[in-house]
Amino acid sequence: MDFVLNDEHKMVQKMVRDFAQKEAAPLIKEYDRKREFPMQLLPRMAELGLLGVCIPVKYGGAGMDYISLGIVSEGLEWADSSARETIAVHTGLNSLTIFQWGTEAQKQRYLAPQARGEKIACFGLTESGAGSDVGAMTSHARRQGDGYVLNGEKMWITLADVADNFLVFAKTEPGEGNRGISAFIVERGFPGVTTGTIHGKMGVHASNTGWISLNDVFVPAENLLGQEGEGFKIAMSALDSGRYTVAAGAVGLMRACLEEAVGYAQERETFGKPIGQHQLVQQLIARMVQRIELAELYVYKVGWLKNQGSRNTRETSLAKWYTTEAAWATASDAVQVLGAYGYSDEYNVERHLRNVKGSVIYEGTSQIHELMQGAYALGYRRDKPLRCELPAYDPEVWQAEE
Amino acid sequence: MNAIALVKHVPDTAQLSSALDGLKLMAEGPRIINPWDEYAVEECLKLREAHGGQVTVLSLGPAQATEALKQGLAMGADQAVLVSDPAFEGGDTLGTARALAAAITKLGTWDIVIAGRSALDGDTAQTAIQVAALLGVPQLTYVAHIREINFEAQTISVERMLEGGREVLTSRLPCVVSVVKEINEPRYPSFMGIRKAAKASIPAWTAADLNLDPATVGAAASGVSWAEVSLPPAREGACQIITGDTPEAMAAALVDKLMAEKII
Repeated sequence: MDFVLNDEHKMVQKMVRDFAQKEAAPLIKEYDRKREFPMQLLPRMAELGLLGVCIPVKYGGAGMDYISLGIVSEGLEWADSSARETIAVHTGLNSLTIFQWGTEAQKQRYLAPQARGEKIACFGLTESGAGSDVGAMTSHARRQGDGYVLNGEKMWITLADVADNFLVFAKTEPGEGNRGISAFIVERGFPGVTTGTIHGKMGVHASNTGWISLNDVFVPAENLLGQEGEGFKIAMSALDSGRYTVAAGAVGLMRACLEEAVGYAQERETFGKPIGQHQLVQQLIARMVQRIELAELYVYKVGWLKNQGSRNTRETSLAKWYTTEAAWATASDAVQVLGAYGYSDEYNVERHLRNVKGSVIYEGTSQIHELMQGAYALGYRRDKPLRCELPAYDPEVWQAEE
Repeated sequence: MNAIALVKHVPDTAQLSSALDGLKLMAEGPRIINPWDEYAVEECLKLREAHGGQVTVLSLGPAQATEALKQGLAMGADQAVLVSDPAFEGGDTLGTARALAAAITKLGTWDIVIAGRSALDGDTAQTAIQVAALLGVPQLTYVAHIREINFEAQTISVERMLEGGREVLTSRLPCVVSVVKEINEPRYPSFMGIRKAAKASIPAWTAADLNLDPATVGAAASGVSWAEVSLPPAREGACQIITGDTPEAMAAALVDKLMAEKII
């Protein structure tokens, strides 16, 4: 057993922290206030290889492992949840899913440009009436000639107005519930695709959240991901990747909250001494440390499971549930330590608090994860092998040029 | 063109707080690449991009210092060499400079050595100067810009950062340059660089490899010792609010006070 990050991981960690500190953090406050997506970060993230960090080199990626994906998520969310959300959606939910389920032609056509960051991708599962209850979706696809015609509307989609490619789920067998769902790769240029931005969110103002409308969109048969009716399994496996980035990101958010709270507690004085010397403030800080250390250990365990190629749906769900709840409590405690200043946007902790509430809701609400964990423990739920598993990390394969 | 960047693996002084013993931090705390040395590596890489050739990163320290060297490799340096021997422990800047100068000589032909302006821990800014003196070459310190460099004519023209302005100096090559952060913006390591660096095997040269007499480099030869390391005392300041009936009266009172304190 070894709890030490290797040299590669340490260098990735430093690189991402430098990027987050020098380039992301200075922009975020302004863009959060303006409620705009800082588009200029995308080409920089692409240039650094962050958008394809754990994708093999031969598919345009950086050839690093799944632990590096966690490190990148943690480093980016230290600056702001919006930067990590891009990784969660573009890399986790979309690119890794094409890597797991896609044909060689789909990987060449979609995965490679996405991993290089030339194309941005997002994930369209949720609808206004179908969140936790995925099977309630009404988007549908009917066969026509050598393809499908898609109709429906997706909602709460991160990067909806930014992405070039969409991984969209629709029912090919409307009467069949989860078994009737199929997955399609849709390009922005396909006639009938329109997108828009949703305003009025509580947090992640510097991220783009929107809707995708599909109006008689013809999708060629070669853009069906996996097989007809396999969409629900594909969506759940995508969440195994996405939730991992959410969990890792929550650790970064907690670290940012701890740093700000500790700095403030050492400076701010009440009753003639720094507030850090008051025991009740120490208690808040100690609890933050407790959550961060436990969360990080578990997140890296999940990364390690992914590297081994072990099925990790249960562990990823537990990680996402625990870390986002821990981050919500940590951000709230950090605001408390900073008092009125923490409540104002002069500091960062109020933004982290608003942002992290999203993480507790998306990619499986805490309640969904509680149900999953209870069902696993009671033996009501077991993961059956998938037709296509996310491949175990093999540095030789990942780093080979061809 | 052969450029050599000197890098040091230093304690992360950002971790130094009143709760931590400074000497303990220096000895055992988390370590980082000396931030100013990243500018030195970057400048070497820029020279290679413009003129071709090879960049070597060189460090003296325990085995752990390979982390700083790997950072240099990840940024794009071609090779790294660690100078490491228990005999070097406890040495002062002159001892360090003797070992580094010997290592530079062992590396063979070179055109320019670049170091950060000083190291985060000792902050003496002496090592690069002593290396230049031991090698018998010119030293250009606090360089903020290389105006011109000609490897055929073996000349260099630089701008030095002074307190009141900039000084332009020309010199012959080879020489030793120390740089300030105004000189460039260090690049991030690429993932390819990180993978290459993680796999690199870095040679470690001992005092014997460098034909150095251990009596001239380690604690025995050191003229200085670290008695204590602590945070500077907290700044004590008192705030005074000037009152008055009108803005003019308040301004007049402020001017009187500033004149009394000889500030204006």
